[in-house]
Amino acid sequence: MSQPTQEEELLAQQALAEAAATQTGSEITSGLSQGQIVRKRFFGHTGALIGLAVFVVIFLLAFTAVGAFGLPGWWKYNYLDVSPLVNDGAPTSSLWPFAWGEHPFGQDRIGRDLFAMTMRGAQQSITVMLLIGGIAGAIGAIIGGLAGYFRGWVEAILMRLTDVIIIIPLLLLAAVVGQIASRRDEGSWIAGFASSNSVVILGIFLGLVSWVGLARLVRGEFLTLREREFVDAARISGASNARIIFKHILPNAVGVLIVNVTLTMSAAILLETALSYLGLGVHSPDTSLGLLISQNQEAFATRPWLFWYPGLFIILICLSINFIGDGLRDAFDPRQKKFKAKSAVETTRQSSTTTAPLADTAQGS
Amino acid sequence: MLTYIVRRLVTAALILLGASFLVYLLTALSGDPLAEFRASSAPNRQALMDSRTNLLDLNTPAPLRYFKWLGGAAQCLVPFGNACNLGKNIAGQPITEALGFALVQTLTLVTGATVLAILIGISLGVVTALRQYSALDYGVTFMAFLFFSLPIFWVAVLLKEFGAIGFNDFLRNPEIPPAVALGIGAVLGVIAAVVVGGAAKRRLIVGGSVFAVVSLILFYFSLTQWFRNPGLGPVIIAILGAGIAVGITILVSGLKNRKALQSSLIVVGIGVIAYFAMQPLLNEATGLMIFLLAIATILVGMAVGYFMGGYDRGQSMRAAAITAFLVGALVIVDRFMQAWPSYFNNSRVRGRPIATIGAGTPNIQGDFWILSTDTLTHLVLPTVALILVSLASYTRFTRSSMLEIMNMDFIRTARAKGLSERSVIMGHAFRNALIPIATIVAFDIGALIGGAVITETVFSVRGMGFLFIDGLLHIDPNPVMGVFLCVAVTAMVFNLIADLAYSALDPRVRIKA
Repeated sequence: MSQPTQEEELLAQQALAEAAATQTGSEITSGLSQGQIVRKRFFGHTGALIGLAVFVVIFLLAFTAVGAFGLPGWWKYNYLDVSPLVNDGAPTSSLWPFAWGEHPFGQDRIGRDLFAMTMRGAQQSITVMLLIGGIAGAIGAIIGGLAGYFRGWVEAILMRLTDVIIIIPLLLLAAVVGQIASRRDEGSWIAGFASSNSVVILGIFLGLVSWVGLARLVRGEFLTLREREFVDAARISGASNARIIFKHILPNAVGVLIVNVTLTMSAAILLETALSYLGLGVHSPDTSLGLLISQNQEAFATRPWLFWYPGLFIILICLSINFIGDGLRDAFDPRQKKFKAKSAVETTRQSSTTTAPLADTAQGS
Repeated sequence: MLTYIVRRLVTAALILLGASFLVYLLTALSGDPLAEFRASSAPNRQALMDSRTNLLDLNTPAPLRYFKWLGGAAQCLVPFGNACNLGKNIAGQPITEALGFALVQTLTLVTGATVLAILIGISLGVVTALRQYSALDYGVTFMAFLFFSLPIFWVAVLLKEFGAIGFNDFLRNPEIPPAVALGIGAVLGVIAAVVVGGAAKRRLIVGGSVFAVVSLILFYFSLTQWFRNPGLGPVIIAILGAGIAVGITILVSGLKNRKALQSSLIVVGIGVIAYFAMQPLLNEATGLMIFLLAIATILVGMAVGYFMGGYDRGQSMRAAAITAFLVGALVIVDRFMQAWPSYFNNSRVRGRPIATIGAGTPNIQGDFWILSTDTLTHLVLPTVALILVSLASYTRFTRSSMLEIMNMDFIRTARAKGLSERSVIMGHAFRNALIPIATIVAFDIGALIGGAVITETVFSVRGMGFLFIDGLLHIDPNPVMGVFLCVAVTAMVFNLIADLAYSALDPRVRIKA
């Protein structure tokens, strides 16, 4: 047996990883605030950076191309405009030679520009996603924080409320909510606003029902943090409850919150598209990525592009958010020893062959 | 313990009351059930509206209607009372009846997919954890993220197009061009080389041999039109069975336990004999008979292991029983393949076996095998779609759980005392890594009953999700409440089971009584 067995390799890797981690830990983190450490780790995570870049590009593209908030976009067509069919609606864009063409993503059966529709759909999906993330994060943090900090009857009431909402499957609840949000037939105060901003209403309602998982996590985090010595110290020196919550506990729980808000957001994209697909979310004449797929799935054999592009954008948005969430999780986890495999592997090679300083390889991007 | 369970059940009942009230009100207030008549210009508009109003009891305010419904639902608690009354849906069908039908549909749809997703996900997770930061690990991680981001309705349309329509077209003339066969072989060879790991030479040998074998098999299939007339035959069953026996023995006890290996191989021999003996019996098969045969097979395996004895009877019995079950499954698969040509040429199927929608071909006639093949061909696409989207979470979860365990001190101790890598991984690490996974699985089984709403819609399966969405679109609270009741009760029961299982599996966790 000349080659090392697997267990030896594993053990060696572990030892090196720990060595590298302590090395990097002591070299990098000294004199940095928590935020700086997190930022540094996040920007060292290749997957998360690519995810962030892709998301920013899609975000800018979606919100500038067809215009938003009443501002006009730079793309010549609107998602409602009907124009004559060019080349029977097939996409005019090509990668080589690179050309953008008249209708880069093609046109649908009646001649609407798919690029404009996809951009509008991406806009809607991103809006819903951000609304759900923001609202669910805020409510989850408040309810979870209050329950975890005050315990007693506050916790009992809030957590039973959470239990009530959590046993209703989210899709079923969202479907009811989507149904309510899309009502336009009655002359209530909400109807006027809803008819022009149905997607905003949808996002707000969905945010109001998807905080339960977050609340449980935040409560768990608060429960452990409130027993720690620094909280006792703050209380003894006379800090008020609000100060303890906001200045002492929340900054320590914010990692869990941010990571899970990101994951909620990636689930929210799929939730919104699924609801629109079922006919319970965004309704025509407005459009959304899920609605585009549901309208065009029958045309797959004749006009496959109508199906590919919206799906591609759903996957790209969701994938980039997932990678960002993964990067955030790695960045916020204080227990993690090793977040870059390469540096550890390089350390092995370097240390066995040359006398290059370890810290350099460990710090190198 | 008992007080804990009772307390949990009482809380659960109260939560259920609150949640059901909420769902009833939300559904009832989510729209106007008479909207379709208001827009119509039919002469009997008023009469239709009156009858719908009577049917749904719209003159009673929704909160009061909830208590009427609750009165009917409460009768379900009386055991053997047969007085269960969950109301009727908009077509006048009693909800209890509709629920029974939908439950069967949903369970046939999701059970296979969930079991497969759990098995594949856990094995992928373990393998990636053992090969952390390898090409395989990065590949599987990326795939997991990708699958996690896939909208299921999108996957479903792709599957229908390429999996069903494409495959059916292929079956019309099942010839694989040599280039395609070589290509498939090359892809599988590369995957095998990545999975195996280790030195470059080993990877090369494994990858190359997989490439050669797969390409040759595909050439053979193409020449003999195997996809038209598939079959395994006793020889293939014997060869595959021997492979299964060795593989299972490696996993369960290691090849050093000769008694376990021998009992597994004996079981394979019995299986090949049974293949001939069972054919007349299998021709008359029913579902119950297959089930009984499966149990008998496992018992035979255990008996063989018991009589082989050795220093560890348990290991031999386990290895032989698992092998016996898998070889039995091979025999059943072979029988299904024998039925394939007659299914393929059935006048209802007309040479396009893989279905894109529904849960069965309407009015199909035939014996047990034809009908089962029909159900299976309808299940293929939804099952693949469901596996794809639910695989990722199991893989990621198992991987992180396994990695955490592999870094623990007792694993180092196990290695230090000289245990083989197999028993460290299977006996010490894997068993402990399974504890948190067991609770996740329990949660997921609880959520299963709700059905895969979107999958059911896409594939036109009239299961629980369909019942729910249909009720919701008609603003009809009764079906919605029926589905909700089933979902919530199973979810709560399985949450309780998950908690109890956790404390039973992990003695460090104590239940606060």
